[in-house]
Amino acid sequence: MMGFQVVVLWSDILIWLLVAAGVGVGVLIAKTPPLLAAWRRVGANRVGMASATVLLAFILIGLLDSLHYRAQLESKPGQKAVYAIEVLSVLDALAAPLRSRNEKTYSAPFATRLYAKETIDLPGQGTVRDYPRLKHGGKHLGEREDEVAEDAAFTAFKAGVLAFIGWLGVFAAVATVNRKKSPKLKLREAAFAWDAVLLTLLLILVFAVPLFWLSGYYHVFGTDKVGQDVLYQILKSVRTGLIIGLVTTLVMLPMAVLLGIVAGYFRGWVDDLIQYIYTVLNSIPGVLLIAAAVLMMQVVIDTNPQWFSTAAERADLRLLALCFILGITSWTGLCRLLRGETLKLRELEYIQAAQAFGVSSWRIIVRHILPNLMHIVIIALVMDFSGLVLAEAVLSYVGIGVDPTMTSFGTMINNARMELGREPVVWWSLVAAFSAMFILVLAANLFADAVRDAFDPRAVA
Amino acid sequence: MLKVENLRLGFTAGKKTLAAVDGISFSIEKGETFALLGESGCGKSATAQGIMRLLPAAGRILEGRVSLEGEPLLSLSEADMRAYRGGRMAMIFQEPATSLNPVLTVGRQIGEVLERHLDLRGAAATERMVDLLRQVGIADPERRLTEYPFQLSGGMKQRVMIAIALAGEPELLIADEPTTALDVTVQAQILDLLAKIQVDRGMGMLLITHDLGVVARMAHRIGVMYAGELVEVASREEFFTQPRHPYTQALFEALPEISRRGLKLTTIPGQVPSLAAMPAGCRFADRCSHVMPVCREVSPPWREVANGHTVRCHWQGEAAEESATRHAVTELDIDPGKSFLQVADLKVHFPIRKGFLQRTVGHVRAVDGVSLAISAGRTLALVGESGCGKTTVGKALLQLIKPTAGSVKLGGSELVGLKGRRLRDARRHMQMIFQDPFASLNPRLRVGEIIAEGMGALGVETDSAARAAAVAALLQQVGLASEAIDRYPHEFSGGQRQRIAIARALAVQPELLICDEPTSALDVSVQAQILNLLKKLQAELGVAYLFITHNFAVVEYLAHDVAVMYLGRIVEQGRAEEVLRSPRHPYTQALLSAVPAPHLDSHTELIRLPGETPSPAKPPSGCHFHPRCPQAMDVCRLNYPAVTGVSATHTVNCHLVG
Ligand SMILES: Nc1ncnc2c1ncn2[C@@H]1O[C@H](COP(=O)(O)OP(=O)(O)OP(=O)(O)O)[C@@H](O)[C@H]1O
Ligand code: SF4
Ligand code: SF4
Ligand SMILES: [Mg+2]
Repeated sequence: MMGFQVVVLWSDILIWLLVAAGVGVGVLIAKTPPLLAAWRRVGANRVGMASATVLLAFILIGLLDSLHYRAQLESKPGQKAVYAIEVLSVLDALAAPLRSRNEKTYSAPFATRLYAKETIDLPGQGTVRDYPRLKHGGKHLGEREDEVAEDAAFTAFKAGVLAFIGWLGVFAAVATVNRKKSPKLKLREAAFAWDAVLLTLLLILVFAVPLFWLSGYYHVFGTDKVGQDVLYQILKSVRTGLIIGLVTTLVMLPMAVLLGIVAGYFRGWVDDLIQYIYTVLNSIPGVLLIAAAVLMMQVVIDTNPQWFSTAAERADLRLLALCFILGITSWTGLCRLLRGETLKLRELEYIQAAQAFGVSSWRIIVRHILPNLMHIVIIALVMDFSGLVLAEAVLSYVGIGVDPTMTSFGTMINNARMELGREPVVWWSLVAAFSAMFILVLAANLFADAVRDAFDPRAVA
Repeated sequence: MLKVENLRLGFTAGKKTLAAVDGISFSIEKGETFALLGESGCGKSATAQGIMRLLPAAGRILEGRVSLEGEPLLSLSEADMRAYRGGRMAMIFQEPATSLNPVLTVGRQIGEVLERHLDLRGAAATERMVDLLRQVGIADPERRLTEYPFQLSGGMKQRVMIAIALAGEPELLIADEPTTALDVTVQAQILDLLAKIQVDRGMGMLLITHDLGVVARMAHRIGVMYAGELVEVASREEFFTQPRHPYTQALFEALPEISRRGLKLTTIPGQVPSLAAMPAGCRFADRCSHVMPVCREVSPPWREVANGHTVRCHWQGEAAEESATRHAVTELDIDPGKSFLQVADLKVHFPIRKGFLQRTVGHVRAVDGVSLAISAGRTLALVGESGCGKTTVGKALLQLIKPTAGSVKLGGSELVGLKGRRLRDARRHMQMIFQDPFASLNPRLRVGEIIAEGMGALGVETDSAARAAAVAALLQQVGLASEAIDRYPHEFSGGQRQRIAIARALAVQPELLICDEPTSALDVSVQAQILNLLKKLQAELGVAYLFITHNFAVVEYLAHDVAVMYLGRIVEQGRAEEVLRSPRHPYTQALLSAVPAPHLDSHTELIRLPGETPSPAKPPSGCHFHPRCPQAMDVCRLNYPAVTGVSATHTVNCHLVG
């Protein structure tokens, strides 16, 4: 058994704090009937629950990728333990074959040979220019190189059947629990949209299990320029996307909520000042602001290499800095929304009744205003998430996003961009990155719609 | 002419469809006004929308026939129906502010109808439009045609709505609460206008209202709706002299009015059953004082009691037994004693800001020199039309709005300018109940927390057990079950919410309650419950009320003193008997005459005020009332009349007096 050293990156702390906060908020919601009722409506929404299932799958990947460690290097007994310079995550460990089985350069999905001709020395025949065999992809086929399709289809079928059996187990479990709780109700009629969840789960399983099964034998999404498996890169990108989407909102939320409410409630010069700040911020193009901040930050990071013991730490800090910068430039929308709503709320009679009792302003804000703004905050959070994931992709594409060594949808697209011009075209990196991002953003958007519908007071008649 | 047979309308909620209107039948003749009377949520508006086939998206016509002059409407194609809508039948809505398109001129909106239904364009159309606006009593119609809705006052908007409705020369006019959003004096104008137009044109009219006074003023025949069913149909005379259905009788009994001063009002217990849980038999059974076993099983059939007077009830009796149940709850002649709240020359001016630098360009004189005195245990009613500054006075007394000038003395100590702790102490003595019970309770707090909030903030009960006991006692005092503590406001009806609001105000044991239109958002039967409760609390606790209202029936019923406000100033005040029986100010006289009374014999002498209340940003010179005053003299245009005493307690601001 090899030892290891746990590494806690700053972003790990934030992500797990977010998970804890999520659980805390969940408990709080369960104790507040109006909020609980709203979330029940989300739970009853089929599309919403289907997309939530997809999101959960992504989040699971992200969380597995947020437990980091450094493996112990082989050392003689009695010597001080030495740890690898490379920081790995649990996901890396699980996907070790994907990570380690690198080819030399590009290869197409399910290929057995490289994508470029090379000069190969064949014993006895001299040098030939041909597509060399891959080191890993399709190795088990040996000489039967032309049977890729049959082999892959058969393996996929096997895995699919297994996935289906596994799903049947989950289905049976859910159905029994449901039957126990409300014997008369069919699953289709339950208050929670179990049917949608189960169906999505089935789709995910039937798609993902064969995919991963096959990825043991082939590069299912191909390999990139340095021969790394594209599927592996996609898995790693998920965490980056989630952090950008979640941590950024965490940064901007307190600012937006506090400033918005204060401006709307106290009016007067405070309001003028806050409005002035966000109008100014809004009138500078966001990309310029971000570009300037990112470049400055990069200079600081580059001039202080002694701050970081590993490259991962440096990339991590840069990612967080990007979150902060995005957060600071994106609070204005929510702030404006909350200010307007507070203006409306403060004229409501229950606020005036509280004022008539001499309840202090901060207490009124905490007890009367904040809870009644919660739905806007929740809607804004969920809606912003997908926007931020996209923003990361755009910024990385322009070269002012995450550290180039960090895998993200943006860097993947940026790298793939170069190869679009060559003939024959290298399409798989781009297509895979786009598809994964599309699924994530689509799920987030559909979920946001469900949340908005459930919290929209007009929809609740 | 219009015949509605067994109409059933429903709203889909999730997978279920709930019938909001359940099999109603009636007919309207040419030149007849049929009034549909009922409390909120009973399906009046849904009926009108169903006839016009304008139901909201969730609405469904489930069953029934509607025919106009023998032509069935429900089977028409949508395109054919459009020719009927606005053409042969037209509709006016409750809210004049939202029923006109804000980005089109008045001319465009009327022109559209003329073009669509009469094929009139150009000069002919303009001529017709001017004519229509003149008919609905709009001065200078040529100019108004080019104006946008925001340039018109509420009453004028409703007149324009009526002009639009008349443009297609309809045979049937459906008016859904056409005057509910308007002031009494304007309501009187609009009702007159509707009655005149109807006679001139011989139109049929379906008038939807909850106001018995409007019914008495307008209707030829009346249908009473309850929980989606018609329960009684009668001619006007029969309806006001011999109402037969227990519900109708109870509605009359619940009305506050002068003859019931000091007496407890009869209330209808409970509330309208929800659509999802309609009882099987008679829907009124749970609230009916004549309920019999058969009522709960068999839905009562129609029974004709007199010619054209039908009723759906198993009970064969006639009049409600005149209330032995009624008993006095308050003494009306409480000794005025020394007043404990004195307001002198109170002014609240709101600055009007304009431009980038927010320069002050003028002031809205919402309250402009009001003097009042309130004595312990008495009710002072502050009456006036919307926008005259009533609510602002109430809030300025509580220092929720900072007064611009003047003084508010509570038992000798000045409140204006108090801050922090001292102000908080003073607030213990006064509390406020707001108009809208749906906006005055925080939806995210439990009832217990809502009621305890004031105690916490003012440090009344610091011990939590004592506080819980106090909350329970308060709930009982306002007539709510103690399990209400752990529930949320949305689980309560309007009347119950108002009780919660009253309990919250009483929690700090104030000596003065400022009630800002506490019953105007409630139905008559619920209003009676709240009025009874307020009177009971006054008798038990000796609280004084400042009762802000525009409802004269309520004033007549419970006020000891009355102050009439017009445009930020009090124009007449005195004992209720004095002000209501022998009003001296022309405005008070007009107000009293404009209130539609729920009796057959309406007012003998009608005073109609022209125009509407001017803006308090630019009050007229001299007597503020002179542009509308039927008795204005030259001096009125120059000087504001001084206070003149008519008796020791009765004062008037008018040049006619003194
Ligand atoms: N869009 C809607 N969706 C669902 N239910 C509705 C809708 N509109 C009305 N209802 C229900 O239909 C019933 C009748 O409503 P309607 O508006 O006709 O009452 P009303 O007598 O006109 O009341 P009010 O005096 O308050 O205007 C009510 O129970 C109401 O809750
Ligand atoms: S049928 Fe019975 S319950 Fe219904 S109103 Fe008549 S007497 Fe009352
Ligand atoms: S002062 Fe003149 S205008 Fe004013 S109410 Fe009296 S009579 Fe009318
Ligand atoms: Mg209505």
